[in-house]
Amino acid sequence: MIAFFDFIESLQYGFMQNAVAATLLTCIACGIIGVFVVTKKIVSLTGGISHASFGGVGLSYFLGLDPLLGLLPFSILSAIVLGFVSKKTKVSEDTAIGILWSLGVAAGVIFIYLTPGYAPDLMTYLFGNILTVPSSDIYLMVAIDLIIIFVVLLLFKEFVALCFDEEYTEVSGLPSNALYIILLCLIALSVVAMIKVVGMILIIAMLTIPASISRKFTYDIRKMIVLSSIIGMILGFSGLALSYIFDMPSGAMIIICMGFVYLIISGLFSLKEKYLRKNPKKINKEPN
Amino acid sequence: MNNAVDLSVISSKPDSAAFVDVCNLSFSYGDDLVLENVCLTVEGSGKIIGIFGPNGGGKTTFLKCLLGLLKPVSGSVRLFGLEPKNARKYVGYIPQVSKFDFDFPINVLQVVLMGRLSSTGLFKRYSKKDYEIAEDCLKKVGIWDLRDRQIGQLSGGQRQRAFIARALATKPKLLLMDEPNTGLDAFMQADLYKLLKELKKEMAIILVSHDMGAIFHHVDDLACLRRTIHFHDPKTLSRPDFLKEFGCSVDQAIISLTNHTEIQNSHVHAHSHSNAHVQSNSNAHVNFNSHSENSKNQNQECSCETICEEVCK
Repeated sequence: MIAFFDFIESLQYGFMQNAVAATLLTCIACGIIGVFVVTKKIVSLTGGISHASFGGVGLSYFLGLDPLLGLLPFSILSAIVLGFVSKKTKVSEDTAIGILWSLGVAAGVIFIYLTPGYAPDLMTYLFGNILTVPSSDIYLMVAIDLIIIFVVLLLFKEFVALCFDEEYTEVSGLPSNALYIILLCLIALSVVAMIKVVGMILIIAMLTIPASISRKFTYDIRKMIVLSSIIGMILGFSGLALSYIFDMPSGAMIIICMGFVYLIISGLFSLKEKYLRKNPKKINKEPN
Repeated sequence: MNNAVDLSVISSKPDSAAFVDVCNLSFSYGDDLVLENVCLTVEGSGKIIGIFGPNGGGKTTFLKCLLGLLKPVSGSVRLFGLEPKNARKYVGYIPQVSKFDFDFPINVLQVVLMGRLSSTGLFKRYSKKDYEIAEDCLKKVGIWDLRDRQIGQLSGGQRQRAFIARALATKPKLLLMDEPNTGLDAFMQADLYKLLKELKKEMAIILVSHDMGAIFHHVDDLACLRRTIHFHDPKTLSRPDFLKEFGCSVDQAIISLTNHTEIQNSHVHAHSHSNAHVQSNSNAHVNFNSHSENSKNQNQECSCETICEEVCK
């Protein structure tokens, strides 16, 4: 209890405010993008993008730049390469992901090895460290959120069509490949926003868990987007609080928190299903 | 070669171009020639054309060529006198229902609205008119009251109808349907073809299936596609004609089915305006096995799938 008040008290410090802001902002991005990732079933592709972008982090260290400067073009580039390779060549998407995933990490490792001295906040990019987020990163996250919201509002019906039935989208005369690559670029942007919060290794969980939870509550993709953003924000904030209270790594704690809630909710839903199966009369008319 | 009387086109389309004009279409994936000199002409609305063939016979490839998703290696595809890519506004496409993720968070109305994508264009929201058209189409296929259901909560037949409604929402003159019978029981199939018979008054319908038995009773023209295309007219040709024409017993199998359906179809036939003209290409070769008269009777008894396989062997 005392620890909890400690946490409340800590919110007056600038670094904590930044941490909270960063968590909430990234959860908006992954709430929106996560829904498309989950419904289009491109979770592993998202993992590919996030890991491949590690090459960008390594390159920035090597060149002595801010890692985010290398990260942004690298993740966008890997998104475009993945989209292009899977749509335009005969290489299967699966294979392309596998290659790019490890190629990016390998490049990052080589670059960091070549960099003289020790890379102090390397772990930040691997596992996230929300307490070190500077204000400049907050502005970047706001910008990324705005871009994502703007593009999704603009292309909402196209993205839904793309995720549901890509072939029909093309038959309808829409540039389905271009739309797909735009969606991948938005994923890449959300990766950039998330990397300081949970780190590149844990990004997939942050994109998929809130969206999967919200999917259990609604069949309306709009509501799903709003709901998964809200769920993400609540769980992200709780994870951050827990990590502060128990003095644990923040990124990992956020993911543990999300995963735990997901398991509980899945369990509850399957219990409910079992109950309804045994008592068929109690099934009400509402969907599911 | 099956002549089909070239009747005057009763279609409402001002354009005099044929709905479908495929000429010597060939397609290959690498070295593998999937389609060879395939020809198909559909002059106007009013007919259901069934194309059946075994798995790997090129049915889906043929459909994709018609939709402009694949570019033919040689030969030409024209829909309404246009390149397939430019004719998409007039084409309604109903994919195989089994390929979807029915857990997808989308309701029936939203699925049907997808049919308006080609007219609405990028960046814009669906207009009021789009919603009205979607409503019309849902009412036409009889599932308007299910519009708010998530797509996975429908039965197989209702899903099929939802996708038909989506195709109708494009206001097509040509309806392309891939494996219409997948997952439908006999009653649902009967319902489906009743609906298609209604629809064919306004458009031409091309069905593609590996299950000849199921589509056979309901089509006006029948073609077998196995790399090359080969035409049959299930109604106008009598058995002797068939024998003279093709001289092989597989057609006897078809005939035996035809005779079976003739009574129930005769009424429809009397009133049908035959304005779909199918032409068989001269390269099409028939390499059916010969069977004796006895085997015909056996064929009659064996399942339709077997017949389908036999025809295409």
